[in-house]
Amino acid sequence: MIPADPFQTRALLCLDNVTVERNGEKHLDRINLCINTGEIVTLVGPNGAGKSTLVKTALGLLKPTQGQVIHSSPLTIGYVPQSLELEESMPVTVRRFLSASQPLSDLKEKNLHKTLALVGAPGLLDRPLRLVSGGEMRRIILARALLKKPDMLILDEPTSGVDVSGQASLYALIADIRDEYHCGVLLVSHNLHIVMAATDRVICLNRHLCCSGTPEDVRAHPQFVSLFGQHGADALGIYRHDHDHEHNLSGEVCHESH
Amino acid sequence: MEEFILRALIGGAGIAIVCGPLGCLVVWQRMTYFGAALAHSALLGIALGLLFELNLQVSILGICVAVSMILLAMEKNDQVTSDSALGIIAHGSLAIGILVLTLVPSIRIDLMSYLFGDILSIRWTDIYWIVIAGSGTLLILVKIWKPLLSLIIHRDLALVDGVKESRVRLIFLILLSIVIAISMQIVGILLVVSLLIIPAASASRWAASPEQMAGYAILCGVTAVGSGIFLSFLWDTPAGPSIVAAATLIYLLSAALTRR
Repeated sequence: MIPADPFQTRALLCLDNVTVERNGEKHLDRINLCINTGEIVTLVGPNGAGKSTLVKTALGLLKPTQGQVIHSSPLTIGYVPQSLELEESMPVTVRRFLSASQPLSDLKEKNLHKTLALVGAPGLLDRPLRLVSGGEMRRIILARALLKKPDMLILDEPTSGVDVSGQASLYALIADIRDEYHCGVLLVSHNLHIVMAATDRVICLNRHLCCSGTPEDVRAHPQFVSLFGQHGADALGIYRHDHDHEHNLSGEVCHESH
Repeated sequence: MEEFILRALIGGAGIAIVCGPLGCLVVWQRMTYFGAALAHSALLGIALGLLFELNLQVSILGICVAVSMILLAMEKNDQVTSDSALGIIAHGSLAIGILVLTLVPSIRIDLMSYLFGDILSIRWTDIYWIVIAGSGTLLILVKIWKPLLSLIIHRDLALVDGVKESRVRLIFLILLSIVIAISMQIVGILLVVSLLIIPAASASRWAASPEQMAGYAILCGVTAVGSGIFLSFLWDTPAGPSIVAAATLIYLLSAALTRR
């Protein structure tokens, strides 16, 4: 799967035949995967399929047992974890949390305001981080990632507690960010029911790579159907992002009838 | 003022100043029990130090560092440092320490003064120790403050940003061991953790930033030491428990004033 010289084809980060074993059990099995500039890749798979392991390996937090992770250099990754559970006694403001991502002192106040506005969480700078809501927290973590001017975004979606309209507006935001920052995006979806239509490639993972392709292709793929059942495949909703619409919270989920 | 009270006040204040920021870090990382395990193991350090005729500060520090390394290694091996593991280390080393102290006939010490501290008998040389070790600790703490905060706020985000976790945690644990080794003389093994935890917990309700919380914790700690020594002098009560009781009062006052 990997081209001879991946970086000629704008690849940002490649997993080259990556296997991750823990206690003799294979959590990832010979994964070959590249994420390119300007590309949105959505990772789906059942619980325990190794999605989080793949993210941690891509981030360099886990060492592969076999194979390697190759990335263009320098590569700045903006990571958006599922959630952030702040210790209650920790008194940090949103401003402090955002500036921590930049060790250099070139962090401009204006830039902070602009980025928070971009992710749809304006005016939160001086709010204590422990007082922001779950949805606001997602946007603040995204803002923190964007402040690094990332070449690549890795977003791990929350497993639960996501409301559909909030998720849809976040998808719209991610597509816009991709267009504005020209970064590659790896989105880990724990919710099979919505995959953003702006996704260039859906990767279906079940410890090994099951299948990949456009959202429509994957839904029809026999491997995907056998993994999730016909019902699951039918339920795979593709959220279509209309670039002409206003950015509000009214993202619609496209349900196709079979 | 009697000179021994002046010495107690200076030494106690010095310790409270170091314990303020360090205690905040312990509270943020929910390491109260970890700190207690370190403090309890200090008695084993004292026992071994007396047995082999070593400098007590050094042998306490050695044992504390060794215990932190064991706990750190357990963490790394994905064995979560569970409550029970900490409990076994804490109480096992305390018990063995007491056994050594009582079984070896050549050792004659006042066990109570190690368990509850003896700040009123503090000597000038102890104060030099506190000043040197304390200011060294604070200087190093300033260096690891930012990366450590990032790790506490979100570990994976900090790692992706390039924070060197093992190094930062190692340095922090060594600093914690140093502070426990120097402060256990003042308030004793059983109460040393309270001097870390209670001022920090009292400060957390008022602070708007981590640094402010550290500052308020210092303020609470110094006030507790001062009023504890005063009460101890006034009513002839043991100084260590008096200090901790004063700290607890300050915490209750702070909690009552900030009730929402």
